[in-house]
Amino acid sequence: MTSLASTNGHVIRTQALTKRYGELRAVDGVNLDVRAGDVYGFLGANGSGKTTTVRMLLGLVLPTSGEAEVLGMPMPTARLNVLPRIGSLVESPAAYPHLSGSANLALLDATGSDRSRRWTRRGKIADALAQVGLDPADRRPVRAYSQGMRQRLGLAAALMRKPTLLILDEPTNGLDPHGIHEIRRLLLELNAQGTTIFLSSHLLAEVEQMCTRVGVLRDGRLILQEQLDELLQPTGLVAVHTQDIGRCRTLLGVTVVSVAGNRLLVRAKDPGRLNAYLVNEDVRVDEIGPYRRTLEEVVLDAEARL
Amino acid sequence: MIVVELIKMLGRPRTWMIIGMLVTLPTLVAILLAVTDLGPRPGTGPPFLSAVLSDGTLFPLAALGVVLPLLLPIAVAVLGGDAIAGESQTGTLRYLLVRPVGRTHLLLAKLVTVVAFVLLAVLVVAGVSYAEGRLLLGRAPATGTVSLSGSTLSQQELTWRTALALGYVIICMLGVAAVALFFSTLTRSAIGAALGTIGLLVASTVLLGLDAASALHPFLPTRYWLAFVDLFRDPILWRDVVRGLVVQLGYLTVFTLAAWANFGTKDIDD
Repeated sequence: MTSLASTNGHVIRTQALTKRYGELRAVDGVNLDVRAGDVYGFLGANGSGKTTTVRMLLGLVLPTSGEAEVLGMPMPTARLNVLPRIGSLVESPAAYPHLSGSANLALLDATGSDRSRRWTRRGKIADALAQVGLDPADRRPVRAYSQGMRQRLGLAAALMRKPTLLILDEPTNGLDPHGIHEIRRLLLELNAQGTTIFLSSHLLAEVEQMCTRVGVLRDGRLILQEQLDELLQPTGLVAVHTQDIGRCRTLLGVTVVSVAGNRLLVRAKDPGRLNAYLVNEDVRVDEIGPYRRTLEEVVLDAEARL
Repeated sequence: MIVVELIKMLGRPRTWMIIGMLVTLPTLVAILLAVTDLGPRPGTGPPFLSAVLSDGTLFPLAALGVVLPLLLPIAVAVLGGDAIAGESQTGTLRYLLVRPVGRTHLLLAKLVTVVAFVLLAVLVVAGVSYAEGRLLLGRAPATGTVSLSGSTLSQQELTWRTALALGYVIICMLGVAAVALFFSTLTRSAIGAALGTIGLLVASTVLLGLDAASALHPFLPTRYWLAFVDLFRDPILWRDVVRGLVVQLGYLTVFTLAAWANFGTKDIDD
């Protein structure tokens, strides 16, 4: 196997990364490619191998075969050098339930070799907590936190070390819509400042709204990996919503690609001219416009092609 | 890391509850002895207990003899069993490892923490029972404490022999801690790891009562636990103490290495 040359611009690269549990291939020959500045959406149903992959990237699970390179260094061999620059949320946040949020962050900070000096620690903790919308003065034990607050605390722990790469597993889990919006804005802000974000999720809508690049995992295999705007580029089809389906079909003939309910997909270059033509023919057009696939359709399509 | 683990241990209410429990039993014994004035006949019951009615300064040793066979090992098993499995249960283990904390480093910190707990527990038990012995039980004869062999021990001699005995007890508990730590790396359940350790100690005790298992006796972890009594004979009877040390260091080495080998390459997928 050729070793992965450390290339500038690649934040995560894996080659034929595989994890077998007995006969089961939880992760099967995955070649991830995440570039600096990406917001990478790592999609897949529950049980598709997302979490195992994330754990291998972080050195928690050892791969059966294949290679992984994170921040230009091999994992898990270089974990002590790589991990201080990564902030992560793996599956769910965790904290000592009998301690307050800031006490938890202080303990976590003190365990690392890059621990902060005592007099700067308090400020860093307060900053991280404020960043995710938690009150640094809150003395309640984490036991009393809501799920959303725990999620925010987990994010604060990931952000406290000012990481160059954030690896987040379902970061908006348990948050209310307002909280989701807040966290999403925070992540995009961090990305704008140069943080690469690897976001593992099963929420297509979330990925579609935030990500620049997606990878789709199914049964341990990476079935799709592409820039999001390329996946969602115009298809050369026009969607026509009308009540006069029948008439429309006869008028347009073979250019009609498909009919679903009162929507037709028509092969046409210019929606405007198509509209003028249909209106001229007395077809009642409710809605017309270029057809773009949603991420959901892209993913379903890729799965169907297997 | 070690400092953080120590702070975590000392900051847990559980630690102090266990120590409280350890102190309660000898206290109860002291009160009962003082009230009833009924000591066990010489040669029966826990070591030293027959002597404390006339000499209260021996009560710390009697107290250790009371907690050593059962309470202290259970406490060590619970703490040692919780070391890795407990972090695994709360989910904090993965965040410690990606902090990153080296796995060997983490194991070492946990082992040191359990040792620190044993040290603390033994000192608290010894300290409290010393006070109880002085207040509730007999005064030492002016000539000095009588050793188990009948000769007299000076105060100074008694002090260093007591220190030796405390050290011996701590090393015995270190063996238990290593076993518990190993079980703790095997399972995700802290209770399971603690019960596994306690099970091993119970099995050892049962086998000790069985003549058919006499070939195994010298290798059983609980065989020489009470050998610290021999430190108070005149001259000191070293044989069992030394054997006990060897056995405990053997358990410590084997199980610490096993824990290290298992944890070092383990997939953390809780």
